[in-house]
Amino acid sequence: MSAIQPPEHRIWWKEPIEPIEITWIVIAFVWCIFMFLMMPYWHVFGKQNLANEAYRTTPEVYTAKAQAMVDKFTIREETDQKIPVVKPPAGSDVYLIARLWQWWPMLELEAGQTYRLHLMSMDWLHGFSLQPENINIQVHPGYEHILTVQPTKAGTFSIICNEYCGINHHTMVSRLYVVDKK
Amino acid sequence: MAINRMFRTCPMTGLKVHEPAEALIKANAVAAVIFLLVGGILALMVTLTRWQVIHLLPPDWFYLVLTGHGLNMLVFWIIFFEIAVLYFASSILLGCRLAAPRVAWAAFGLMVMGGVINNYAVFRGDSSVMFTSYAPMGAHPTFYLGLILFAVGALVACFVFFGTLVVGKEEKTFNGSIPLVTFGAVTAAIIAVFTIASGAIILIPTFLWSVGLVDHIDSLMYRTVWWAFGHSSQQINVAAHISIWYAIAAIVFGAKAMSERVSRTAFLLYILFLQLASAHHLLVDPGLTSNWKIFNTSYAMYLAVLASMVHGLTVPGAIEIAQRKRGFTKGLFEWLRKAPWSNPVFSGMFMSLLGFGFLGGISGVIMGTEQLNIIIHNTIYVPGHFHATVVLGTTLAFMAITYFVIPAIFRRELSFPRMAQWQPYVFALGMTFLSLFMMGAGTLGVPRRHWDITFAGNPLAHEFPGTAHLMMALAAIGGILAVVGGTMYLLVVVHSVFLGKRIETPGFQRVRVVDGYAPRPTRPAAAALQGHGGTASWSAPGTFVLAMVFLTSFVLYYFINWKYLSTVWPLK
Repeated sequence: MSAIQPPEHRIWWKEPIEPIEITWIVIAFVWCIFMFLMMPYWHVFGKQNLANEAYRTTPEVYTAKAQAMVDKFTIREETDQKIPVVKPPAGSDVYLIARLWQWWPMLELEAGQTYRLHLMSMDWLHGFSLQPENINIQVHPGYEHILTVQPTKAGTFSIICNEYCGINHHTMVSRLYVVDKK
Repeated sequence: MAINRMFRTCPMTGLKVHEPAEALIKANAVAAVIFLLVGGILALMVTLTRWQVIHLLPPDWFYLVLTGHGLNMLVFWIIFFEIAVLYFASSILLGCRLAAPRVAWAAFGLMVMGGVINNYAVFRGDSSVMFTSYAPMGAHPTFYLGLILFAVGALVACFVFFGTLVVGKEEKTFNGSIPLVTFGAVTAAIIAVFTIASGAIILIPTFLWSVGLVDHIDSLMYRTVWWAFGHSSQQINVAAHISIWYAIAAIVFGAKAMSERVSRTAFLLYILFLQLASAHHLLVDPGLTSNWKIFNTSYAMYLAVLASMVHGLTVPGAIEIAQRKRGFTKGLFEWLRKAPWSNPVFSGMFMSLLGFGFLGGISGVIMGTEQLNIIIHNTIYVPGHFHATVVLGTTLAFMAITYFVIPAIFRRELSFPRMAQWQPYVFALGMTFLSLFMMGAGTLGVPRRHWDITFAGNPLAHEFPGTAHLMMALAAIGGILAVVGGTMYLLVVVHSVFLGKRIETPGFQRVRVVDGYAPRPTRPAAAALQGHGGTASWSAPGTFVLAMVFLTSFVLYYFINWKYLSTVWPLK
């Protein structure tokens, strides 16, 4: 009686299980539990976890906060669009705006310092993708997402958008500078 | 109105085939293949655009074609085929009449209409919103309308399936419990009902929003509910293609499940836990707590993963036992070496099993781990993963069963048998390449759904390492090979169905069944065959070795990813 026919014995649920199956089920189950526990373990002992901190807000409020930061800490402007490059003090709140099709402003951070990085979209969904570190975060409109980040080494990093956001999605790219502490 | 109770007996399998069910299976399978053709043409264009050296399409066309490719493949091809599978697993395997064939035709009509309307919206050019259509990015109202009509049709078809089970039970066309394959199909259908309900909850408001009757769709709410639809629909595929694995093991080898209890419980775990699927698309989203993410993404402690690992053992295990009974007992793997590798029904099924397990399964668990998702989310690793599950796993299994369905249901001989013999290999090889190299490029940060990773002309351009470009080129070559494999499939199938040699059956019977009862079961109630369940011996050692190889790769790759994660910037 094969799998395309009704089970041979009416009371099939009382048939004994093959030893090979039970062995595999036990091994697989132990592995599954291990994988499950690995996630809380990393929250306690690992260094790369996402915060649970996020707030509902509006584009106006968020833009005002970002603008205040830009007004205070801009050190130069780059490209024809005169995008400000901002160097906020270590430990401070850093705001990054995602909008069609631009990241604004550009950031310059110090290696080894921690920052509270705020992410929010002004319009559609965007994807914060820091390269070549390969840190990827979803950016929503209406939700201010706060991550504490600690750049480890100096260099020029790219922020690309990796959530499809319309016809010019592939042009949405920016820089993030990390400099050594002076 | 009289109920059509005409059956024919299949000379190949001895199954009783209800005529309206047969016609409906044909219609749904043909519709599926037509959408596969459309999706396949679009696939070639996507592949040739992402290969930066060729970069075939301009951006607007690329995003349009990518949207159409996703919808035609993931929704229309797969679900039409699944409806055919549901009708087969109910009416034909149970030897009973299909409940309400007219309703089933109406469902078919709705689905065709939905598919056509949705494609119309995409090809208008103002609905390039991808398969996921994340609000607040909006599409033309007909985009959502098409999907809704299609979903309603599919839901009606699921209820025809459930009704057929009731008919079979009432008219006593089978003894005891339903077959394992039908049980798997029930699993798929139950998940489908959940999936379609989730789809309705999100797509109906979005449709109303697109015509201006609702003024705001929250993006996080959309993603949460949409994925209860979007991912669960992939779980229908899993349940369906695993049922097909069992069916093919039974058809080709006469294999029976190692134990009914284990296999059925594993299907039950799918019903209980797969619906938590929306979580693992939201692991790097704001507004959801880690506790929620950990519990849901692990499908409540990986119980659904456990179920897949169980099927991954019991299907080849059943084949091994059947082969050993035929005398292929030498060493650990004679049963596998001497398997009918030139029969596309078997070779397609076995490569589907390997590809789904080793490539799709392992990568899926990795990227569905809360923290590991940070280094994978929205990179091209993601399509690499799901081309292994949905294409190598589901589509290849569907292709394999087609080579059985053509002679059994369409009553035609396979045209170009040599091509059919090679087709699963070409397709699987191409798709394996595509998946592996997409995953590799994703590890290097290459984004998915992106027209130009060279950022040509952009003053802030990011430069991906040369390896990433090389991997994208290799993935494209794999993609082209897979398109060749897909074309071979279409040639064989279309030629066989329309121009293939008819199979004439000596002593062909149409069975007229008296009103009220379908044919009585011909099988003796007490089967003479000796079951192998309960033997204390180590019945499938080769399969167990394969399972341990699988586990070892799984564990190694799991820790490689944690190691990689530990080197990126600290975040909290």
